[in-house]
Amino acid sequence: MHPFRRVPVTDLHALKDVSFDIEQGEFFGIAGRNGSGKSTLLKCMAGVYRVDRGAITVAGRLVPFIELGVGFNQEMTALDNVVINGVMMGLSPREAQRRFDAVVEFAELEDFLDLKLKNYSSGMQVRLAFSLMVQADADVLLIDEVLAVGDAAFQQKCFDAFHDLRDRGKTVVLVTHDMQMIERFCQRAMLLHHGAVAGIGDPGSVARRYLELNFEEDDEASVTAGRPDDVSHGVAIGDVWIEGPDGRRVDTVGQGDPLVIRAEIEALQHIDDPEIGVTINDEAGTVVFGTTTRELGREEQPFEPGERISLRLALRNDLKPARYYVDCGVHEGVHRVAGFRYRASDFLVFGNRAQLGLVSLDHTFELERRRNRTEAATTP
Amino acid sequence: MSSTALPRQIRGPSAFGGGLRRTLYLTWIIGLTEYRLTYFGSALGYLWSLMRPLMLFGVLYVVFSEIVDFGDDIVNYPMLLLFNIVLFNFFTDASTKAVTSVVDREAIVRKMHFPGMVIPFARVLSGGLNLAVSLIAVFLFLLAYGLNPRWTWLLLPLLLVPLVLLTLGVAMLLSALYVRFRDVAPIWAVLSTALFYGSPVLYAIDKVPEQYRQMLMLVNPLADILEQGRRWVIDPNADGAIAAAGGGAWILVPIAVGTAVCALGVWVFNREAPRIAERL
Repeated sequence: MHPFRRVPVTDLHALKDVSFDIEQGEFFGIAGRNGSGKSTLLKCMAGVYRVDRGAITVAGRLVPFIELGVGFNQEMTALDNVVINGVMMGLSPREAQRRFDAVVEFAELEDFLDLKLKNYSSGMQVRLAFSLMVQADADVLLIDEVLAVGDAAFQQKCFDAFHDLRDRGKTVVLVTHDMQMIERFCQRAMLLHHGAVAGIGDPGSVARRYLELNFEEDDEASVTAGRPDDVSHGVAIGDVWIEGPDGRRVDTVGQGDPLVIRAEIEALQHIDDPEIGVTINDEAGTVVFGTTTRELGREEQPFEPGERISLRLALRNDLKPARYYVDCGVHEGVHRVAGFRYRASDFLVFGNRAQLGLVSLDHTFELERRRNRTEAATTP
Repeated sequence: MSSTALPRQIRGPSAFGGGLRRTLYLTWIIGLTEYRLTYFGSALGYLWSLMRPLMLFGVLYVVFSEIVDFGDDIVNYPMLLLFNIVLFNFFTDASTKAVTSVVDREAIVRKMHFPGMVIPFARVLSGGLNLAVSLIAVFLFLLAYGLNPRWTWLLLPLLLVPLVLLTLGVAMLLSALYVRFRDVAPIWAVLSTALFYGSPVLYAIDKVPEQYRQMLMLVNPLADILEQGRRWVIDPNADGAIAAAGGGAWILVPIAVGTAVCALGVWVFNREAPRIAERL
């Protein structure tokens, strides 16, 4: 052991070349995966970390909410905690005390004021902390993921409050990896990727970019599976790929976008009554969609040796976000397999429409609600 | 409120940044909270602020007055002992608690922009509140013991100010170093005990052999504070700090030592503050 020996150091830049402006009164989202540097950026903006290079400027009082209820003490009552937390957020003790009623009212905790904080449920504590944040009267609010907690109704209430603050000229910066939140609430968003800005602009395009990046990384990691079931008895299935709108090869397809599958097939011998089929399968091997020329009612002319067939299958992409594999095959007659390629191509679907089930079908949702009044009617 | 504020650069964490007013509020609110929670849940509550020094005094008094027969030739020895213990206790208590303060308060340090020094200061403040309560008891005891109140008792704040400043300096130094070197805690445990015996708490300075006496008064500012307290509060015929330090300008030496400790504390803390959140 050498207590004074220097440990070798490798520099890790959590953030590099990150420049952006947030206007007053804006609801701005910062998104990124784990480790993209978004929390580091937030802590730099909050003044918890110091930037090694560059500058961050802010007009007005900035209050960070990296965690709810910083400095809350479980042994003390709501009033004490409101004062402590309020002072942490830059209020004077008297000012914090003055706002206590408003805080408690917003948190809907009027009936529990005599309790110590430790007797509050976690939801109540969250509500108290949220209310404080809303009542703190900051010019700029920095919010980190904290909105993931709390029940939906209170979450909505908080966002209503944020919108209210924004309408009063306050600025809200929300940091999250939850794209739906960004799309729901933010006016503008920025995407961080490996400590650099990967996109900045309207939340929709940033969200798409985020999903693309996510899948690209998954793609790099995936290992091409073996193809145990490939068959070539007279027909060779050549290249199979996904075509993008500009005619180039792609491996990601957005939800709702056109999905075009292309294949090159070569006949090595004469094939009577050929049937060409394509299936889209999910990771587990379930056939999500399949079609063949015969099912479409088409009768193909026999293949001649040396003939090349170019296939183009187009459909609207109603798949849910996941990885899919394309199988392609040619039958001779109904039973004989002349050629088959297992997982001849694969692609990823990104998007954020409803994610239950296998596919995301176009739909509408209507409810008609009626209350059962018989109980009230029978009561004398 | 201040929507027309001018753009201002966020400079990251520091020891003193963030406005004097907020620093004071924070120190007050955190220190007060810590004091309120010190004896939280105990049956006697705040009474412990009085009981603890009294009980320690009881033990030491029995040992050094009755068993070892030590303080006979020191005027009002039991009261001197009580007075010294309360003052010295404040110093050790506050500084020892300050050692781990920044680390203990990690949750805040990493989540909020903060003038870092608030945290050790709050610990010292919490100790100071404790001291204030204890001192009330001490003076009641002095009166009960039969000491006549003298106008020099009013000079007590002149002792407390350097004592608090010295404690603050040590608290800043230790709390900042502890973030980097956890060895500080055991080192300070030993060092503060050494200081206890190296300061005229159990004894008076005239009990120290002639050849060490001046040296002790010069290097240990705590010795000067305690000796001056003895003259002002317990025994007006005692030498006092100036005479014991060698007279006249010699008193500047312990003042310089104390100032140096404070300056070192401020310097180290200020240097470490911007990076504390990252090191935790």
